Amino acid sequence: MSDEQIPTRGQVPPGRETTVAEEQPIPETTTDAAVANERRRGPETPNRSHAVLNEILGGGVMITILSVVLALVVGAVLIAATDKAVQASAAYFFSRPTDLLGAAWATVSDAYSALFQGSVYNFRRPGFADGIKPFTQTLTFATPLIIAGLGIGLSFRGGMFNIGGRGQMLVAIGIAGWIGFALDLPAGIHVIVAVVGGMVGGALWGGLAGLLKARTGANEVITTIMLNYVGFYLIAYLLRTPGALQAPGSNNPKSPPMKDTAIFPKILGDQYNLNLGFILAVVATIVVWWILSRSSLGFKFRAVGENPNAARVAGINVGSAFTWVMVISGALVGLAGVTQILGTVTTGFSSGIDAGIGFDAITVALLGRSRPWGIFWAGILFGAFKAGGFSMQAAAGVPIDIVLVMQSMIVLFIAAPPLVRAVFRLPTPGVFRKSTPAVRKAQVQK
Amino acid sequence: MTTVEQAHAAAHALTRRPVAGKGWKAPIAFGVVTLLSLILFVVFARPGTSEFRLTAGRTLIQLPVIAVPTTLSCVILTGLMAVITVIAVMLVRANRRVPLWLVAIFAFLFLAAFLAWAGAGASIPVYGLLLGTVALSAPLIFGALGGVISERSGVVNIAIEGQMLAGAFVSAMIASITQSPYLGLIGAMVAGMLVSFVLAAFAIKYVVDQIIVGVVLNVLVTGLTSFLYSTVMTANPQMLNSPPRFQRIEIPVLSEIPIIGPLFFQQTIIIYLMYVAVAVVWYALFRTRWGLRVRAVGEHPQAADTVGIKVGLTRFWNVSLAGAVAGLGGAYFTLGSVGSFQKDMTAGAGFIALAAVIFGQWDPIKATLAALLFGFATNLQNVIGIIGSPVPSEFMLMLPYVVTILAVAGFVGKSRPPAADGKPYIK
Repeated sequence: MSDEQIPTRGQVPPGRETTVAEEQPIPETTTDAAVANERRRGPETPNRSHAVLNEILGGGVMITILSVVLALVVGAVLIAATDKAVQASAAYFFSRPTDLLGAAWATVSDAYSALFQGSVYNFRRPGFADGIKPFTQTLTFATPLIIAGLGIGLSFRGGMFNIGGRGQMLVAIGIAGWIGFALDLPAGIHVIVAVVGGMVGGALWGGLAGLLKARTGANEVITTIMLNYVGFYLIAYLLRTPGALQAPGSNNPKSPPMKDTAIFPKILGDQYNLNLGFILAVVATIVVWWILSRSSLGFKFRAVGENPNAARVAGINVGSAFTWVMVISGALVGLAGVTQILGTVTTGFSSGIDAGIGFDAITVALLGRSRPWGIFWAGILFGAFKAGGFSMQAAAGVPIDIVLVMQSMIVLFIAAPPLVRAVFRLPTPGVFRKSTPAVRKAQVQK
Repeated sequence: MTTVEQAHAAAHALTRRPVAGKGWKAPIAFGVVTLLSLILFVVFARPGTSEFRLTAGRTLIQLPVIAVPTTLSCVILTGLMAVITVIAVMLVRANRRVPLWLVAIFAFLFLAAFLAWAGAGASIPVYGLLLGTVALSAPLIFGALGGVISERSGVVNIAIEGQMLAGAFVSAMIASITQSPYLGLIGAMVAGMLVSFVLAAFAIKYVVDQIIVGVVLNVLVTGLTSFLYSTVMTANPQMLNSPPRFQRIEIPVLSEIPIIGPLFFQQTIIIYLMYVAVAVVWYALFRTRWGLRVRAVGEHPQAADTVGIKVGLTRFWNVSLAGAVAGLGGAYFTLGSVGSFQKDMTAGAGFIALAAVIFGQWDPIKATLAALLFGFATNLQNVIGIIGSPVPSEFMLMLPYVVTILAVAGFVGKSRPPAADGKPYIK
């Protein structure tokens, strides 16, 4: 997040630019202005090729890849350390160390090949059509993560910390689910009505927190957490009340299955689970990108998010921006819930249907740095971990919780590039990039 | 720029706007609640008498059972609430603030009316209600204290949940292996501290957005403890996951006082620690040199640095201390109440504690009261559930959260965080 807010070349205050950049050659001072200027001069510096190399080695893409590698290493250590065969051979490590290494290698490679074959391509299946199935499964898992991540990321950009994904999803699911199983509508229209209904539900639940903040100043961290619980108990109550969401003739707190007319069509044929939801995820990414970077509404969101006082001085209605960013954020998170019940789990839902996606989405949004396409790829990465995690649990007996460890490690490492650089002894680039405060600090200390 | 920082700045911006009729929030809230109680308790009145039992059967001193006719007391209490509403309206019209004690009296009246209404034809164990409140609030109070300490020094602590969960896991494991709950307690503090070290290192050294680190640490600890639980603990639950629990320590004489005795003098060591911790944290923050430094670092790090306080180091140790305190809250789950560690057993308590911190306006006493409110409302549901609730249990469970939303929107409104909360300090 911090990247975006540091002014880059074009936005430097005009006064400083002329005084520092043109007057004299800059000595190696330790002032902020000098660093800023150095950044501004950019690729024109003499050792350009060296700089480009630095950029590649220490830049964003490399950091991301290395963060994933580091996370996989940590995961491997954990998997190996808790494996029985490895523990057994550790007892006589000094007499025959190769046993330990061999056992560790076997365990870890088993687990990670299951992770890969469960998320990308399964080599054991004949033919491409079967082999690629895990990847479609990855995209299916990624769908709600992307959409909800977009919602959360949008709220971050508008200066709101939306932890209320769970409540927004559940309310949306309640409404869309009721439309999906109770109403009789023609095939195409039924899906649209259910999707819109769900989004309205999520928008109401999210907008409520925004409205409270705008009108009373109530901290949205509190209100969204509280609304999570309120939404959860509301749905739990409706699910056990006959005539509301409970399946007729059943005592379980579970809804009836969705009607066929309301279910998302599968986009790659019936043998794959991938459904319309993924297309919605792509569309949502484009829409959010458009809102944030092309619309005046998005401009207001970003202005309020970066400095509400300045935004107010510029004539932006801060309260209305808070409300609307939460309305849209809630609608997106709600849509994520709808893709679950109309796409993935169409056989009826219970109150645990959200499956923690509301919280996972926060991590996805953080990994994607609150930028639409960043969130898109982050969602796919996390979807892959989820899909692979299940197959790793089934095939190699490694609990799926390890996936949480690896996901959080990735976000942590990516958030701290200096740490990753230190681990891999990479050069510090960044004088040309939009630098983080940490990088600037490193520059200053040099 | 962190999101919380943005949001806080935004909150400031909002409150600076001259709002017409700003003081009307309290009277309006009073009016709504009075109307609610009129509809619920008077229109849908329940016949019978309500009994309030103040002492348990086994204490030396017995207080009489208070029995009141349900409908009559509901009408009287609702009438009193209406009177307070009118007083509030008059106060606001005279351009005066509605004092906090009036809010407290109002809340007490509503609660009494609710209890009388819900307990029609039954007997409500008041002592049990209060005792259970302390038990359910204990982890929240520890967590909230951890939040207050950390945020007062300028580091947003979203990782309370993670610190508590780590504390619960390690305390269960260590107490099981050593068969000593006291060592388990120390283990919990160390575990919470370790989580805090990560938070502190990333937030202070690498200047990563504190919200990101906090959120991610929660996920990390959830994943790590669940993974280790599934692989290590379940393989040998006898040795690794059957911690001894703390026994109650009764303080002679004092423990016989009705109501107060069981609450304050018949508790386990963790609860005694909790009472001490609340007092100590309050005193230390507002009456000692250490507290002044912590608050200075949290409010204006540049100024603190100028007079020679080491900002980074102060923050580091306070975040660590916060982790240790929150870890104690985690130990309460295993050594105080449940006994053995379960996957994800804190179940969002850390987030409730976080809400208590903000609700309590970053003040240890107020945050404790907010945590007690959550504990009380949860326990109310349990007690009412036993005597047969007239309201569906889900709505009772919802109550604390709705009350919090109303309170934050109606009375707290602009709760102001420490000025440098969430802002990294770069010299």
